[in-house]
Amino acid sequence: MTDTTFTTAPQATAPKRRIRWGRIADHAVLIAGSLFMLVPLLIVMQTTTVPDAEIIKHGPQLKIGNALPDNFNKAMFEASGFSGENTGVRMLLNSFILGIGFAVGKIALGMIAAYALVYFRLRFATAAFWLIFTTLLLPLEVRILPSYEVVQKLGMLNTYQGLIIPLVASATATFFFRQFFRSVPEELVEAARIDGAGPVRFFIDILVPLSRTMIAAMFIIMFVFGWNQYLWPTMITTDEGMYTLVRGIKQITQVLEGASLPEYGRSNLLALIAILPPVFIVIFFQSWFVKGLTESDK
Amino acid sequence: MAQVTLDSIRKVYPNGFEAVQPSSFDIPDGEFVVLVGPSGCGKSTLLRMIAGLEDISEGALSIGDRVVNDVDPADRNIAMVFQNYALYPHMTVAKNMGYGLKNRGTSKVEIERKVAEAAEMLDLTHLLDRRPSQLSGGQRQRVAMGRAIVRNPDLFLFDEPLSNLDAKLRNQMRIEIRALQRRLGVTAIYVTHDQVEAMTMADRIIVLNGGVIEQIGTPTEIYENPASTFVAGFMGAPPMNLLKASVDGAGRAHVEGGLAVEVPAGATGDVLLGIRPEDLELADTGDLQIDVQIIEELGAIRLMHGQIAGQEISVAVPKDQPCSTGAVSLRLKTVPHVFDAATGRRL
Repeated sequence: MTDTTFTTAPQATAPKRRIRWGRIADHAVLIAGSLFMLVPLLIVMQTTTVPDAEIIKHGPQLKIGNALPDNFNKAMFEASGFSGENTGVRMLLNSFILGIGFAVGKIALGMIAAYALVYFRLRFATAAFWLIFTTLLLPLEVRILPSYEVVQKLGMLNTYQGLIIPLVASATATFFFRQFFRSVPEELVEAARIDGAGPVRFFIDILVPLSRTMIAAMFIIMFVFGWNQYLWPTMITTDEGMYTLVRGIKQITQVLEGASLPEYGRSNLLALIAILPPVFIVIFFQSWFVKGLTESDK
Repeated sequence: MAQVTLDSIRKVYPNGFEAVQPSSFDIPDGEFVVLVGPSGCGKSTLLRMIAGLEDISEGALSIGDRVVNDVDPADRNIAMVFQNYALYPHMTVAKNMGYGLKNRGTSKVEIERKVAEAAEMLDLTHLLDRRPSQLSGGQRQRVAMGRAIVRNPDLFLFDEPLSNLDAKLRNQMRIEIRALQRRLGVTAIYVTHDQVEAMTMADRIIVLNGGVIEQIGTPTEIYENPASTFVAGFMGAPPMNLLKASVDGAGRAHVEGGLAVEVPAGATGDVLLGIRPEDLELADTGDLQIDVQIIEELGAIRLMHGQIAGQEISVAVPKDQPCSTGAVSLRLKTVPHVFDAATGRRL
């Protein structure tokens, strides 16, 4: 109520529109920010439309060329390495397998761990939780050598299991699901008990459906995180057929030998393609996420 | 359908707190029993022990002929209605009601038939495809009832089911729940802190205070013959007046300020006289004089709040009688209740 009187009063007394410097400053900051984010992307887009030689000669320009179909063909269907296996399509597939496997694995494991921690009287539940939590202090980069050794000894190099399994243990997911489960009303658990739902049934019939907004949110974060993995795939996969997009793009511009030119157009186009799935995932799941939040299911 | 027997049921929490002191009572088949008491009196704990959601520290609980101390809640054949309804938010009304049956392995056709039947009884048929979030408080309450009914339980348990509803709906649901229970003939235990609910719904009331059963009786018994000052003060609105008095050698209790009544033999020393506000009436030459300070208008009656020699007293006056503040003369319509001042027990 007070808000409306406050905003309408100045309009009534001063019919002339005043320049609001605060608003202009706000917009200037926003426009500058979006340009800062967009211009590099636009430059990359431009380079995908002209032949590579022109990029080398002139650098980035304003003109849009006609080499896009050619570049697209090369990017998606031509292999860049020796074995002929790492086509764009193949790398895209590998990236999807990594991203989805990574996200699904993390969510499944995190949910099960959180379920055990919240709903069962375990003797060392709190200690276990903090132990899991402290692993946040040990990201992959810290333990990459021992992790590599384990994967290598298990003979999982150049496999999808080797790529995904060592990464699925997740303190973040466990923590978020734990907090969420603790907010589920106690009576719901009791009602389910009286309704004869055992632990497994309660988890599948009640907890998982209730968590779907949480799952969507975690999926966004984890998929993008998995999709963007670079260091780990670089170490685990040496077989070109196992390359992910993020890793394979670098390979393309690296071929600088003799008279051949770095294929900027092709690699930049792949980089753009690599951006798309995370963008679509975010857009798609966000609508879900908001719907779930506003429905106030709990 | 089953009778429920509690034999010295006791609840002690791991931290040593005794929530329910050894309590024993029988509930015959088909009776509607209300557990009533202030918050923290152990009524919910008692109910949750009967439901199997809380372990029983000592004593034996039987539903029907079997002792169920160690039986899982799902196997006690009970149904419970919770204060916040505890409906599964992601399931439709029909699924909510049928979930318990589904877990028991009832066939789909059978579930559908039973759900339809219960929905019909509760006037929920047009809501079967909705989610709980699309329902009003009263409708959710009905769904919770429906979930209880479809299982054909031996025993209904209600944990303050009406506290989240507004006053009007509460009155309506009170009658509906009572009617439904009568119709189905299922034994019911109902927990509430609202003495009006207890009085209106119960076949028998169990009044609890601090983990102890203060009194068990029909609503009339409890109202007419409260066993202690606690019951006297808790049951009935406006609450009973409790006046300090001392008994003389001739067996008469004297209230300071001018009231003297005969008391039963055995009452000596300090006592408390219990007089319900409606058991006093205006009279020109009365038994006692009070100084009225405030008059509350309640429609059907007016409540006069005053003092007699420093002790608070209230009087209910029918709406057709004039009343005013200041000195008022009153007459006793009935014999006052007499309680021991030290123990609070009825004499």
